Amino acid sequence: MNWLLPEHLADALPAEAARIERLRRTLLDVFRVHGYEFVIPPLLEYLESLLTGSGQDLKLRTFKLVDQLSGRTLGVRADMTPQVARIDAHLLNRNGVVRLCYCDSVLHTLPASLHGTREPIQLGAELYGYAGLEGDREIIRLLATVLDTAGVPATRIDLSHFGIFTALAEAARLSGDRAEEVFSLLQGKDVPGLAAAVQGLPAEIGAALQALPNLYGGREVLDEAARILPDLPAVAAALADLRTLADTLPGLPLSFDLADLRGYHYHNGVVFAVYTAGVPSAVAHGGRYDGVGSAFGRARPATGFSLDLRELARHAPTAPQAGAILAPYAGDDAGLAAAVAALRRSGETVIELLPGETAVEGVAFDRRIARVNDSWILEPISKD
Amino acid sequence: MSTITIALSKGRIFEETLPLLAAAGIVPQEDPETSRKLIIPTNRDNVRVVIVRASDVPTYVQYGAADLGVAGKDVLFEHGGEGLYQPLDLNIAKCRMMVAVPAGFDYDNAVRQGARLKVATKYLKVAREHFAAKGVHVDLIKLYGSMELAPLAGLADAIVDLVSSGGTLKANNLVAVEEIMAISSRLVVNQAALKLKREALEPIIGAIAGAVKE
Repeated sequence: MNWLLPEHLADALPAEAARIERLRRTLLDVFRVHGYEFVIPPLLEYLESLLTGSGQDLKLRTFKLVDQLSGRTLGVRADMTPQVARIDAHLLNRNGVVRLCYCDSVLHTLPASLHGTREPIQLGAELYGYAGLEGDREIIRLLATVLDTAGVPATRIDLSHFGIFTALAEAARLSGDRAEEVFSLLQGKDVPGLAAAVQGLPAEIGAALQALPNLYGGREVLDEAARILPDLPAVAAALADLRTLADTLPGLPLSFDLADLRGYHYHNGVVFAVYTAGVPSAVAHGGRYDGVGSAFGRARPATGFSLDLRELARHAPTAPQAGAILAPYAGDDAGLAAAVAALRRSGETVIELLPGETAVEGVAFDRRIARVNDSWILEPISKD
Repeated sequence: MSTITIALSKGRIFEETLPLLAAAGIVPQEDPETSRKLIIPTNRDNVRVVIVRASDVPTYVQYGAADLGVAGKDVLFEHGGEGLYQPLDLNIAKCRMMVAVPAGFDYDNAVRQGARLKVATKYLKVAREHFAAKGVHVDLIKLYGSMELAPLAGLADAIVDLVSSGGTLKANNLVAVEEIMAISSRLVVNQAALKLKREALEPIIGAIAGAVKE
């Protein structure tokens, strides 16, 4: 059974591959016209650089091997964000704002979900060197445009803010394993679990942590949060940030979920997740991760988003494709060869039958080149 | 209007969830004990109940095959809860996860002496973490049912299982020696559904929360 692939790895066969590739080209063009420069980081890197920032959460998800040249441990990237952060921090070394984008395979030792793949195609954009909310706004708008262009418009863009959790954790002197436990209970909106975990914390903070899972919905959530969360400057600032974003992003389906946080080890500031009708989990994630570049020698403000192109292609509508054109074997007929070349230049798919070839399986032909009165013309193939 | 699917398992969870659903104005139209249908309509056109095995409830909800579900903490612990929201403890189907041994087996002494115990259980993750926290080496044997038989037949020294009345243990001459955790059932919600079908789900979750008995 040597044709079997390992679990959670798959070929993209022609129909799927065509969809993915069409989408990839279209979306990279969207990035280009927004001024995001394309980079291609390597598949392998020294493990330490992969495990900075977002990599922390992907330690067990990263495939590792030993480099025969240096004797050091290499990792196969499980996320491209740390690579792009490294490029910005150390290699480009430009001052001011840098906009980068990328699209390539990443590998996971464990799939993110049961029918998830271990080889997602990660497509994303990152904005470095700008700390203001206008940067978050640019990234969220770019993501909305990307999803619209893909034909999978966002049904909800859920905003959250790390500042609230961080402020509460600091006020309660919560750190280390305990803070991580509370964080993961918040992610699962596990109110009964939180009730047990906040025992012994100051009452006001405990109540606030237990209230966070229910603070989701429209704009009214921000008012509700201002009313029931403790009066800490960082909490007020976070809520003000979310309000400003809501004001400056009219027309987008924004909502809020103050407990919808991820990336405990690297995110800070505004984070977001995008949900779309008919898909049982978020289709794209993103947010601010200021300072990740410090591991590479230069701390920079940073925000961005990424998504799995394979998953997106699965939900994208199929655009009707023009059928292919069937051409007879040209041999040394210069007229036919010129006609075929002209059609191909204009983007048509033309398949020239080889001598003896009568049909091409799996290809939908809707026209053929035929000789009429010494010239080659295109005629429709009737579907019987 | 969006359709809401609720995943339930037959038996105790189904029966004890009925009053909670009734509080939300949802009444299943058939009894899974007598019906062979796996999809049961309710009095509301846009709400249906699917009957699955208890341990499959988190999986159905995680992948959005159901929007809501009711699952025991035992099942959720084994599943890991990834991709799920679990906002409510329903305080139903209560029991305890216990370690039990044959009457006469000196469990405390065996543990103290660092014996390597053979433990039969359906709940590998619970058992592994419990004994690891105690610093005891165990060899776990995964069984799918009739746990009580394992020590009697010489397959294991101890079992980890759910105990409600203790009747089965007693009938098989076993004694519960240690409580691992108290178990009750939780309401679980698909993460995307909570965002995308909030208008439909929020009143249901609210009504169920209001009907939970302390």
